[in-house]
Amino acid sequence: MNAPVSTSNLHDCRDAFAATLERLAAEDAKVVAVCNDSVGSSKLGDFKAKFPERLVNVGIAEQNLVGIGAGLANGGRLPFVCGASCFLTGRALEQIKADISYSNANVKLVGISSGMAYGELGPTHHSIEDFAWTRVLPNLPVIAPCDRIETAAAVEWAASYAGPCFLRLSRVGVPDLLPDDHKFVLGRANVLRQGSDVTLIANGTLTHRLAKAAEILASRGIEARVLNMATVRPIDEEAIVAAARETGAIVTAEEHSIFGGLGSAVAEVVVDHAPVPMKRLGVPGIYAPTGSAEFLLDEFGMAPSAIADQAASLIMRK
Amino acid sequence: MQPKELERVARQIRLRDLQAVYAAGAGHIGGEMSVIDILTALYFRVLRIWPDEPKRPERDRFVLSKGHAACALYVTLAKRGFFAEDELSTFLQPHSRLNGHPNCNKVPGVETNTGPLGHGLPVAVGMAKAAKLSGADYHTYVVTGDGEMQEGSNWEAIMAAAQFGLNNLTLVIDHNRFQQGAALSDTNDLAPLRPKLEAFGWEVTEIDGNDMEQVVPALEHRGSLPHCIVAHTNKGQGISFMQDRVEWHHKVPNKQQYEIALAELSEAL
Repeated sequence: MNAPVSTSNLHDCRDAFAATLERLAAEDAKVVAVCNDSVGSSKLGDFKAKFPERLVNVGIAEQNLVGIGAGLANGGRLPFVCGASCFLTGRALEQIKADISYSNANVKLVGISSGMAYGELGPTHHSIEDFAWTRVLPNLPVIAPCDRIETAAAVEWAASYAGPCFLRLSRVGVPDLLPDDHKFVLGRANVLRQGSDVTLIANGTLTHRLAKAAEILASRGIEARVLNMATVRPIDEEAIVAAARETGAIVTAEEHSIFGGLGSAVAEVVVDHAPVPMKRLGVPGIYAPTGSAEFLLDEFGMAPSAIADQAASLIMRK
Repeated sequence: MQPKELERVARQIRLRDLQAVYAAGAGHIGGEMSVIDILTALYFRVLRIWPDEPKRPERDRFVLSKGHAACALYVTLAKRGFFAEDELSTFLQPHSRLNGHPNCNKVPGVETNTGPLGHGLPVAVGMAKAAKLSGADYHTYVVTGDGEMQEGSNWEAIMAAAQFGLNNLTLVIDHNRFQQGAALSDTNDLAPLRPKLEAFGWEVTEIDGNDMEQVVPALEHRGSLPHCIVAHTNKGQGISFMQDRVEWHHKVPNKQQYEIALAELSEAL
């Protein structure tokens, strides 16, 4: 059950981000990419080649990165502000609060290589706090797409949305999960699998692991509902309440601390509206040991088989 | 408007600012008095603006990075017609849109929310860069406090402005020599500012920032580099007992002090 997925089926969502941004830029002269010496890691090399004047590289200066983004929006540009998520959100959080969220500036923040994507580079480069930091800020939708299709759809949506948002992307390969014609709807979870025994909720790089966990559970006679919940804020309360009432138990999994992220957001809704047993999987409030992102996700109990085991034991508490 | 007339308007703004701070029982009067001549010159002569159309795309941009001087900005905006002067009586009152720091989504004429220091200049760099990208000919002005220049984000922005060739950007440093708790010279002096900015690729003009005859031409200057005006000002300018006294950063005058200040400013009218 834990056979590795063929890597040829895995896709780096940054490619979908970059291709979509280039298409949008070709259609709309207002689109600009802003980065902090991250042309390569943000996959903006082709953008730079096609639209050199619209690639604004501020150098290694994240406070400036976000502030300049706000100013570009004020001047009528449509900025996609890109940087490694750990630096973008951690270093420039006050700029994100005051210049973007509070000012309601029409800036698209794009956190690249979020979660533990930087693996062996260690906890300074991990971004397992960014949901917690950003989802408390008004006016700022927080979105973590699960595959390249949802990434492209979310970037397309962001360009058309009149306000700021935070797109949380990874560099870790993920398989296609959603249909090619998927349209992103803010705050709407996607049911990837129907089930009535337990609900599994994830986003980003964890969604495909849940899909596999559900297959494992099915082989044991347990029907799990699988929700892809890309939008962490505004959270899909309706889908969560329905999951609680119809399945009676919820497991969340995320490439983030278990404190303050997707699991916490789901738990807030569950506590308020439909209390049921829950299990929140994620980084358990520690700095990760050395290892790749995939290794660390397994290490922290998020291998598909481990997720399935957690779900099975949670059902016993119903 | 000529400098003599601008001086008269500045005195009226000082008087109204004093009244608003006294009525509200809070404010940052020292740094408001120091910057009012610059605000007056901008709003009554230099800025290309349309008060009844505050979001018109071709407007010049102004950012008050030292957002704690919000009251002075509110008085100036109201006097210039962005909103009714009567509303100034709501300053800091519950649900008033005239908060202790300016809010761009509530107050017409405010471009971005400021309050935490070191935010306005990076945003202004973005505004000026946007004009370069789109070919717009608006000019961007930003006023920082001098203590505020201790924030590292400003120096990120100063480097970027030079790199981007933003000769459509003017930074005014309100150099009143005092920050909240002490003189700059006793904290982190920053002096001399001029060669620092010049070394970073800016053109620098030093002026008496409380002398309208010097303020106006400096603001109207255009060159080939981003322009910094080091405006030497006095904290509490115009009110004798406040001048250059650090405690008047955010102290509120008592009744007796208020009446003395009122008399001094009224006399100057």
